[in-house]
Order: sequence, then C-alpha cells, then structure tokens
Amino acid sequence: MPKIESPPPVTHPRSRRMSSRGLAVGSVLLLAILVSLPWWGTPDQMRTLVEFIYFLALAQMWNMLAGYGGMVSFGQQAWIGLGGYTLIVLADDLHVNMFLAVVVGGVVAALVALPTAALAFRLRGGYFAVGTWVIAEVFRLLVASSTEWLKGGLGRSLTAAGLIARPLREQYTYWLAIVIGAGAIALVYTLMRSRVGLGLTAIRDSEAAAMSVGVKITRIKLLVFMMAAFGTGVVGGLIYLNALRITPQASFNIQWSAFMAFIVVIGGLGTIEGPIIGAMLFFVLRHYLSSFGPWSLILLGSIAVIMMLVAPDGLWGVLHRRFGFELFAVRRRLPAALAHGQSAVAEGQPVLSDPAVPETKP
Amino acid sequence: MQWVNILAQGILLGGLYALYGTGLSLIFGVMRLVNLTHGDLMVVAAYLALVAGQLLGLSPWLSLLLVVPALFVIGVVLQRGLLNATLGKGVLPPLIITFGLSVITQNVLQLGFTADTQGLDAGPIEAASLEVTKGVTLGVLPLITFAAAVLVLTGLQLFLTRTKLGRAFRATSDDPTTAELIGINSRQVYGLAMGLSLAIVAVAGVLLGVRTTFAPSDGPARLIYAFETVIIGGLGSLWGTLAGGIILGVAQTVGAQLNPAWFQLAGHLVTLALLAFRPTGLFARTRDAG
Repeated sequence: MPKIESPPPVTHPRSRRMSSRGLAVGSVLLLAILVSLPWWGTPDQMRTLVEFIYFLALAQMWNMLAGYGGMVSFGQQAWIGLGGYTLIVLADDLHVNMFLAVVVGGVVAALVALPTAALAFRLRGGYFAVGTWVIAEVFRLLVASSTEWLKGGLGRSLTAAGLIARPLREQYTYWLAIVIGAGAIALVYTLMRSRVGLGLTAIRDSEAAAMSVGVKITRIKLLVFMMAAFGTGVVGGLIYLNALRITPQASFNIQWSAFMAFIVVIGGLGTIEGPIIGAMLFFVLRHYLSSFGPWSLILLGSIAVIMMLVAPDGLWGVLHRRFGFELFAVRRRLPAALAHGQSAVAEGQPVLSDPAVPETKP
Repeated sequence: MQWVNILAQGILLGGLYALYGTGLSLIFGVMRLVNLTHGDLMVVAAYLALVAGQLLGLSPWLSLLLVVPALFVIGVVLQRGLLNATLGKGVLPPLIITFGLSVITQNVLQLGFTADTQGLDAGPIEAASLEVTKGVTLGVLPLITFAAAVLVLTGLQLFLTRTKLGRAFRATSDDPTTAELIGINSRQVYGLAMGLSLAIVAVAGVLLGVRTTFAPSDGPARLIYAFETVIIGGLGSLWGTLAGGIILGVAQTVGAQLNPAWFQLAGHLVTLALLAFRPTGLFARTRDAG
C-alpha cells in the first residue's frame, strides 16, 4: 500500500475527541477499579455489574452488526442460546473447564453463523431481520425437541457450578465478565479503526458505491456477522454461567434482540458510546420498573419509537451535537480544506483522514 | 386416504396463511416496507371482534363490519402519522418503529385482557364439516377461510389492475418520484396501502380467532407465518402468496403428522430450503428486496 501523507492538523471548533492516550489512561483506571471490586465490594455489586456488562456487550455486538454494518438482525438470540447450551454441554457432559467453555461457546456460535449467513444474506433489509429470527426459531425448536439429551423444554442446569465454592465462582465469573465487556468494546473499536471497518460503513451507506471502489462486500459482511455471533455467543455463555439454568424458551427468546435494539437505538446507533449510555439507561429503567410487569416494556418500546422519530442518532448523538465530544475516535473526518469547499483531492490529499494516524504528525 | 386428508387440511390452512401474507406482500410491493406489527395487529383484530361480541352481541362475522374499518383506520394513521416520516432514511427506522409498536401492542393487550387465551364463538359452524369421500373430511370453516382468501386476492387483483387508485399504487411502487410528477400523492398512497394491508389483516385475525384460541403474545408467530408465506410465494406476487400459503400449510400439517412437535419446524425448514435453492421465491415479481 502506498504511503499516504496525512492532511495538515485540523481544528474543529465543535469536535473534541479524547486522545488515544487519554482514552488509554482512562480505560486503565476504570479497569483497575473494576477488577479490584471483589476485594472491596459486595457479591451483590458483582452480580449487578455482571448483568450490566452482559447487556452492554450484547448491545455493542448488535450495534456492530446493525449500526455500523446495516445488518438489522432480530435473530441474535440464536447465539445466546447456542453459547449457553455449549457451556452446559461442555462443562457438564464433557467436563471442560466452565470458564473456557464460555469462550468455546462463542466459537461454536461463529461457526454456526457461517451457514446461517449463507441463507440470511439472500434477504435484505426487513426480510433479513425476520429471516434471522426464523433461523433462531429453528435452533430453539431443535433444542426443545431434544428431550433426552438437552431435556427439551424443561431445560438443563449447570451442575458443574457445584465443583467450585460459590464465592470463588462468582469472583471468576465477575472477572470473566469484565474481560468480555472490555473485549467487546475493544473489538468494535479496533474493527472500526481498520480498513475493514471503513469498508463496512461504506457497505451500510451504499452497497453499489462500496462495490465500485473495490470493497469486498460479502467477505466483510460475513466477517462482521461471524464476529457478532462470536461475541454474542460468549455473552450467552456468561449469562448462563451467571444464571446456572437454561431453557430453550428463555435463551432463544426474541426479547434478547429487542433489548439489544432498544439499548442501541436509545443510546445512539453507529457509535461505541451510544450502546454504553443506552445500556446504563436500560439497566436503571429495568431495575426500577421490574415490578411493573408489562408497563416496563411499554415504556421501553415507546422510548425507542420516540427516539427513532425525534432523535434517530440517540442520546449520544444529541450530546455529541451539543458538546462535540467523543470518547472513541473511530469516525473519519473530512479535512478542513475539503469541508470548506476546496478540492483536497486535486491537491493529492486523501479525502478522508485516517484516525489510526495521529493527526498532529506531518 | 389418510394422507389425502392431511394434504387437503394443509391446503385449506394455506388459505389462512395467504390472508396473513397478502397484506405484508402488498405494503412491501408498494413501499418496500416490512411491518413487524403485522402479526400483533392480527391479534388486535381478534380482540376487537371479541369486544364487539361482548359489548354489542355481534357474531364474529358481523363484527367484521366494525373490525375491518377499524384496522383500516389504524393502518392509515400508522403510516401517515409515524412511518411516512421515516421514508428515505434507510431500513432501520421503520423496523425499529414497527418492532417497538409490536412490543407495546403485546403488552397493552396483556394489560387489557390478561395473558389468558381467548376464542371467538361463531356457533355450530365451527364444528361443521363435509365428507368429500370416505376418509377425506373438509371443515366448513377452513373452506370459508380458503374462499375468503381467494376472494380477497381476486378483489385485490381487480383493484390493482382495473381502478384508478390501483394504478396509482402500481405507479408509486415502480417509481414514486415519477408518480408524483403525474399528480400522485405518494404519501397518501402509502397510507391507503397500509390501511388496505391491515383491512386484510383484520379478516385474517377474525378468522384466526374463530379457528383457534389467541393470546396477547401470539403476534410474532403470526408475523413469521406471514413472512414465510411471502418468502415461499415470492415477493410482490399476489397469487404466489396463495401458493406460498398452501405450501406452508401442507408442510406444517405433514410435519405435525410425523411428529406433533414438528408443526412449526417443518414450515421453517421448507422456507429455509426455498431460500437456499430458490431465493426469489416461486413466483417473484418484485426484484428489489432491499
């Protein structure tokens, strides 16, 4: 690849992004606080954080697929169920270490995502969304029909959990959750700063235009679909490592996809910050509204619908427009010259600056 | 003879599925929109018929006179009030809005009617049947349903080909910008298309309620059957929808005969097989599925 010279430093009056160093320092501090929680916090706090983290990670994966990739799927519960059942089968039937089994669950999900994509990619837009849902239903029905091995609709329990003392198991589960949550954010961040990520958003915005500039459409979409399946599958394992009991109805439930979509839309589609804010808000709402039954879902659905109509870029979009601040610098920005109507292309400048290249370097 | 009977039941069930799928196919054809509340509004129609029966003493058949216009109005309001605002903003907004409405609808129904299953009482006709030959018995209700599907599809075809408004539908479907040039208000057309789609959903919902029981959370399964009907039949093809419904109905009844747990699974697998080997469906007209 020929070396592309970076454009001159750009000053954006309304865009302040956190520098990579600031982000790194902040992340390390936050992680240190979180990792040390078992020594100064309560088991209740750990359990709450595990739950929060799995919603956060699920939302990050859904956003990677739908927000950045334009693949709106309502079938992500397929990977949650597969991840959960893989954990239980590996840990209980094959005596694999259960924390390792969580990760293997993600691999299984990614492998199953390959033939799934072969079918689902024949559909687009709304039909893709429903098609992935039908495929998830097929998995649910297949698992439910295994009455001997997987105990059908009754579901199974993670009996291997009894092998480790409860406090220790909860501590390990908590640390694993932190790795998964941080890993999900790091995955999306790395992807979106790479060429693949740029190609992905190009596909989302226009497949025809992306193809015309040489983006390998099917390969990139497939890669991202499998990555999202992997991440969601790992979270599925985490959910049932935490819950210790799985049924096909609960694990392959469309409600998971509903939560992912609502979190992402409320927080801000196509940003890394959005799902974080959305997951926080969702978590607080869920906590306070859980005793109101149907009302909580009516409220959540209404917020998502209203956000989509009045602020389609979500809470983070509103904040970003107001304050121009960004935590995760993954957006390509137009050089100032181009933004002011002069042709940067004519001067041999790249049209888009690459955020992976620090902008202050000559 | 047993299999002939099963086949006949499956074909008649296909009539109901054709009614499920027609509305979905229509709005996709006119405005490339997928309405994820499709199934929930079908359940709403069944509940409206239930309320009409309880409050006004109307039979399910007479309640259609109220339920069909009600769903038509819901459709126009939904399209003009919410969905038209998302036109041209990509696939996500209408999906999120209709999915959100689906979740809202299910939970509102649960608040209003509890999660218990309900049924519509159409009297002795529900159990009536005709014995065609020995071993082949056709229910009167499934026959009425099938006839209703054929009637609706014929009416829709006449509407689309013979009337001025129908031509406006097709023109907007082909190219909304050019259609506007010759004086067609595409937003109005979209509103009417959604109204018409939900009017058909109302018929399907009432027939569903007479045929079997229903509960607030039944909508998504109905949406999936409608989707499968359209995928098998081919996007944008009216009579393909009937064929799709029949294939789905036969797949489900045959599947259930082999193993009672395979009713849904057989339908899903036939849909996926079709997707694998003939992704455009059997009778596709609409090329662009995006």
